[in-house]
Amino acid sequence: MANNPYRWAVHLSVVLFVLLWTLPTFGLFVTSFRDKDQIAVSGWWTALGSATRNDMFRAPEGEGEVEEAGRFTLTGSVFAGASGHVKAFGISSKAPDAFAAGEVADLGDGESLSVAEDGSFTLSGPESFKDKRGQRIFFTATTPPSFTLDNYRAVLFAEGLGRSFLNSATVAIPSTVIPILIAAFAAYALSWMQFPGRALLIAAIVGLLVVPLQMSLIPLLRIYNAAGQALGFDPKSYIGIWLAHTGFGLPLAIYLLRNYMVGLPKEIMESARVDGATDFQIFTRIVLPLSFPALASFAIFQFLWTWNDLLVALVFLGPQDDKLVLTGRLVNLLGSRGGDWEILAASAFVSIAVPILVFFALQKYLVRGLLAGSVK
Amino acid sequence: MEQVWTALFTIVLGIFAAVSWFWGANFCLDRLLPARTGDPVQNARNIHRASLIRPWLFLGPAILALGLYLVYPVWESLFLSFHGKSGQDFVGTANYRWLFADPGFRESIFNNFLWLLVVPAASTFLGLLAAALTDRIAWGNLAKSLIFLPMAISFVGAAVIWKFVYDYRSGDDAQIGILNALVTWAGGDPQAWIALPFWNNFFLMAILVWIQTGFAMVILSAALRGIPEETIEAAVLDGANGIQIFFKIMVPQIWGTIAVVWTTITITVLKVFDIVLAMTNGQWKSNVLANLMFDWMFRGGGDFGRGAAIAMVIMALVAPIMIWNIRNARKEMEGR
Repeated sequence: MANNPYRWAVHLSVVLFVLLWTLPTFGLFVTSFRDKDQIAVSGWWTALGSATRNDMFRAPEGEGEVEEAGRFTLTGSVFAGASGHVKAFGISSKAPDAFAAGEVADLGDGESLSVAEDGSFTLSGPESFKDKRGQRIFFTATTPPSFTLDNYRAVLFAEGLGRSFLNSATVAIPSTVIPILIAAFAAYALSWMQFPGRALLIAAIVGLLVVPLQMSLIPLLRIYNAAGQALGFDPKSYIGIWLAHTGFGLPLAIYLLRNYMVGLPKEIMESARVDGATDFQIFTRIVLPLSFPALASFAIFQFLWTWNDLLVALVFLGPQDDKLVLTGRLVNLLGSRGGDWEILAASAFVSIAVPILVFFALQKYLVRGLLAGSVK
Repeated sequence: MEQVWTALFTIVLGIFAAVSWFWGANFCLDRLLPARTGDPVQNARNIHRASLIRPWLFLGPAILALGLYLVYPVWESLFLSFHGKSGQDFVGTANYRWLFADPGFRESIFNNFLWLLVVPAASTFLGLLAAALTDRIAWGNLAKSLIFLPMAISFVGAAVIWKFVYDYRSGDDAQIGILNALVTWAGGDPQAWIALPFWNNFFLMAILVWIQTGFAMVILSAALRGIPEETIEAAVLDGANGIQIFFKIMVPQIWGTIAVVWTTITITVLKVFDIVLAMTNGQWKSNVLANLMFDWMFRGGGDFGRGAAIAMVIMALVAPIMIWNIRNARKEMEGR
């Protein structure tokens, strides 16, 4: 391990690995803060340093002009609030860099224009600029990196993402809590109670771990529709999707919790029983608190899975606008706003913000759950 | 705001219902078969009877949910796959015969096999590589976190991230997708990557590999750390170099874990749906079974018979892994 070239190769490979695994996300993250016009004309990597860009500014139609000795003068800045350095400017799209910054351009009819390096322009002429079309000023400028929150504002309030965020939370939280409760009792019975058929049940749960979701979609949809029709309620309801997620999450929940509970020390259980505790008391007062790490592992899994799910939500909640979850909204935007990367990037980050927070805060439990959950 | 209250209310109600079931059922059982009646024979009989019933009270809701949501649908899907569009009339094997003659299905199953061939192998290999490399350096845990991070991102979110990587601008416009920018920079011609038949499959697979590598890395890294030190020390004494130690001493000792990672990713691949839906929706010959099934379920009025037949094909592909898992689990339980 001491030889240097070898260590360098290891470090370099890991750097390469990490770059490959983070750059795609980072690129979209940067994009989500960029101005939409800039996104369309330059790559996100250019946004990190000063960028040279070609732009056009239309001077106001006489607003703020000053008359002095028969000449009208209009001043302002081509950057309109932002900052930058003008290198060159021009008055037609054919020659956008005809004049260097600071030069005076003759526009004919006695009018002249000059643009200074800091972006301030002076337009002057013998007649008022009112009732004329605003003069177009083309310029080449380097601008410092500039970022905006406008994209997030737009998606949260105009594109319905705020609503979808709530919907996702409404789906994910109960879909995480309900299976934990049911699975904990079942796992206790499977690890600490004696009854015929126990081994068979455990084997069945291991088998159910891998049953593809696709098997359940059509039959359940039929049951939901039939029940909705018979009892007169909307078959696409939150309760329906919570129960569906509960059913689909149970095998993993029971498997994880049972594996954990089986490993708890037998002596504690036995001494509690000698002291006259019932199974119910042993479960709620001893086993449940001791199983906290396993409960947390499963909760994170189930939360990430239900928050990130698209298929179950599309089938059991439907594609209507008011019930669309974040992933569904994102797919819709990919279809309807395919090229508008400012919308897509911001939307994607709204939808992955919560899972990423959960990931960084609770990574320890996630790893622990993964290690316990993969069938050995 | 109203939705938040409704959700909170229902959560509380749901939890209350579940708790009261477990507590109430237990309470009733204790009342019906009391353990302290004054008659020792009766006591013993009651305790015995109660211990016969109690497991089923604890298991009841779970068995009900598993039965309704996973076991029954397998039979029902099998049944529906022999029936027509709406599931009413028996059509024999017509759905399956249609399936194997349908070009869309052939394309999907071909692509699915391609995915099965590439994704588990690539993810496991890259995961093993990442695990081996990060275990050797001081900032390995940070690197692991970053490689693991895509696991938390939804398939749809990942699809958006990668669609931006693959973005293509025609003509002389500056390429804003990093892949095409690199290709242009290297002097090549930019391409609409996801619209290139056959090769686009690999660009979609890259997304799943990107997500699953972290999973493989975490599990394999734990397995590598569990290898007894002595075996490695012995190899070092015998003069083996780093690469020999890795491939001849370490890898053979974690074959079991590699198999687990491989099969777990295989199952994920068989169910892949969101990535294809979001990236191409099956256009340009990139369809897979799960997306084809979704198509037949909903679009054009829906055909439950054909949809169920496609689901059965997915199930048939999963079945060998399922049997293997159950056998392993039983073996392990006997060993306990």
